[in-house]
Amino acid sequence: MVDLTRTYDVLVIGGGNAALCAAVTAREAGASVLLLESAPKPFRGGNSRHTRNFRAMHPGPTKVLTGSYLEDEYWDDLNRVTGGNTDEALARMTIRVSAEMTPWMEACGVRFQPALSGTISLSRTNAFFLGGGKALLNAYYATATRLGVDILYDAEVTSLHVDDGFVRAAEITWRGFPATVNARCVVAAAGGFQANLDWMRQYWGDAVDNFIIRGTPYAKGKVLKNLLDQGIAAVGDPTQFHAVALDARSPQFDGGISTRLDSVPFSIVVNRNGERFYDEGEDVWPKRYAIWGRLIAQQPDQIAYSICDSRAFSLFMPSVYPAIKADSIAELARKMGLDAVTVETTVTAYNNAVQPGRFDSTGLDECRTEGLDPPKTHWARRIEEGPFYGYPLRPGITFTYLGVKVNESARVLMADGKPTANLFASGEIMAGNILGRGYLAGFGMTIGTVFGRIAGREAARHARN
Amino acid sequence: MPATDTPGTEAPLSEAMADARHNMEICNACRYCEGFCAVFPAMQRRRAFSAADLDHLASLCHGCQGCFYACQYAPPHPWGINVPQAFAQVRAESYAAHAWPKPMGRVFARNGTVVSLLTAAAVTLVLILAGAMQSTDVMLTAHSGPGAFFAVISYNVMVYTAAAALLYAILAMAMSTASFWRASGGNFRPIHFARALHDAMTLKNLGGGGDGCNYPGESFSFTRRWLHHAMAYGFLLCFAATSVATIFHHGLGWIAPYSPLSPPVILGTVGGILMLIGTTGLLWLKVVADPAPAAKAVLGGDYALLILLAAVAKTGLLLLVLRATGAMGWLLALHLGFVMALFLALPYSKFVHALFRTAALVRDHGER
Repeated sequence: MVDLTRTYDVLVIGGGNAALCAAVTAREAGASVLLLESAPKPFRGGNSRHTRNFRAMHPGPTKVLTGSYLEDEYWDDLNRVTGGNTDEALARMTIRVSAEMTPWMEACGVRFQPALSGTISLSRTNAFFLGGGKALLNAYYATATRLGVDILYDAEVTSLHVDDGFVRAAEITWRGFPATVNARCVVAAAGGFQANLDWMRQYWGDAVDNFIIRGTPYAKGKVLKNLLDQGIAAVGDPTQFHAVALDARSPQFDGGISTRLDSVPFSIVVNRNGERFYDEGEDVWPKRYAIWGRLIAQQPDQIAYSICDSRAFSLFMPSVYPAIKADSIAELARKMGLDAVTVETTVTAYNNAVQPGRFDSTGLDECRTEGLDPPKTHWARRIEEGPFYGYPLRPGITFTYLGVKVNESARVLMADGKPTANLFASGEIMAGNILGRGYLAGFGMTIGTVFGRIAGREAARHARN
Repeated sequence: MPATDTPGTEAPLSEAMADARHNMEICNACRYCEGFCAVFPAMQRRRAFSAADLDHLASLCHGCQGCFYACQYAPPHPWGINVPQAFAQVRAESYAAHAWPKPMGRVFARNGTVVSLLTAAAVTLVLILAGAMQSTDVMLTAHSGPGAFFAVISYNVMVYTAAAALLYAILAMAMSTASFWRASGGNFRPIHFARALHDAMTLKNLGGGGDGCNYPGESFSFTRRWLHHAMAYGFLLCFAATSVATIFHHGLGWIAPYSPLSPPVILGTVGGILMLIGTTGLLWLKVVADPAPAAKAVLGGDYALLILLAAVAKTGLLLLVLRATGAMGWLLALHLGFVMALFLALPYSKFVHALFRTAALVRDHGER
């Protein structure tokens, strides 16, 4: 039974993967635990609800992973995508610990797809949750409940009293009523601030009105901001976020995975003015889809349009919204609200620049343009066989990079470098320590799981000493 | 929401079909559920969903509910994805659309009521006939030795009416299954049939990812699968008991009742007990099940068939226990009434799911 008058050993703020891993681990270690999830129960789980897999180091094939994925290769992948914007010691520790996680996850009821049944390109590096992130969360919530973790939904932490590196209490709003929670230790696992458009507006101005937030509307960054305002050390560029190209018709929040569009490498992409602005065929889509959110965010009105013909239409995943379809490029342009003449000119210039070559939708091929700026360096085929298809694209924001600084014990650090007395962090709120830039599929879940486990263990140990 | 490349000439979809298409179009852009069952890989082989595709996918769905609890777009998300519910509604339409003869499709609209009334009518009729054809003395006297049952209800009446009802049911079900198969087409080869039969007999698609289905609620469980096995194999054992008894009667000239250790009685007893356990358990699960992924409109028909099967099993077992007493006469009439009702209801009840789903599995194996 939840009892807000008692002093819990561990207060976990947040309700996603990192929070649940911390809560279950602390409870397993014997601590009394209260978990506060700001969302109502059906929307519990933060962005973890929209995730699908977990990147795990492994020395050989397992039930859920093929081949092997060793520390150095994993580190190289991370180092490359972050451009060095990481902490090598923390990163390598996370990578090593990731190898030990799946048995514990399975013991908590998390189920994985058998190896080779998932998205093949990732089955070596990533273990896929059966049914995705919400199924994983259901398993963790069921385990937490069974172990006796107290859970409150609709419970938003409005502020923490940090006093000389010591958290004295948390002020919360539960079902609209204020309350104070006392705990010996606090784990902050409340995510980033990507759903807080007013905060984003400070850096991006009115462009934020054209941003789509892929995940939970509850990631407002209140706990993050509250901590940074009280002398906690920050990591990560506050202006930066991870964004992909989404269908512009997507809901403003919570559209999740299905609103992304994979049409770009088999299309040309034009902006509001009907002009191309980047090489659509630079690399295979899994390596490039993460840059297109930013590219579109930098275009006028933060919108772009993907245009392809009927030959390309079946080469990418079906879209959640129907394609805009027309028998001519001019008609398609008009249907999308673009100037028909400019778009026709762009398509003609592109078609004229396409060189003959071997087309291969599954890998880097020889189809490219010549004398076109910007070029299209792969999968460039003439757009000529109607009907023609178009999709409007917007930047879809996945997460922000700003976070609180932590050490290898998941303990939050003050701006002067000293560790706090009883405050720990896990998940997106601290992911910027390790993933300071870029994106690596399934690595957010790895950070959340590894640091959730560490934070839960350390908080329980500290509380019971 | 129209499909990405659906021809505009198609007839408008029913509400249930439109809802199922809305579900599939979002699911096909997500695909997180591919590990649960055969539906999602089959969905991934398609880019657009015609009524025939939805008819097929709906019967392929075993209602395990794994996808519902895993869904990031389940209600109250505005997209309201609820695949088990959408497909249960399509199945009800599908059973009606393929019913034989066609006008009988209407009975699927209020299937619980229809099956219940049919049962009541059949039982009443048999009881009245038994009462009218036999004196009260005969009905209430304990009979023993070969032909004891036929002293109450003549062999010819019993066998010919039951056989006629069963043959009609088999014909009607064969016609509707053929109609279902033709509607979506498919590639029939014996190997596909063998694989489909294996999947159907093991209820492979109620296996989730190896931990069973999410029924009656969010956690994984094999309870439904085992209870369904008990009911289905119990039913088959009872059918086998009747078949063996027929051979005894016509082939060997041995007249019922048979001794408690004879094959027909052992098969019937084990089968009846399994059926009773299965149907009672499935009814209990239905009562406690989470209503969120259920399709309210079809629940009545589900309950009616389960209760009818339970009644057949219960009266059959009671008849065995009390066959040497004076209660045998009326119990026999009651049991035969329920059996008649079951035979007549088969083609017009949830029972057809066994055939449609197996057909969908055959088609699915042909597509792989």
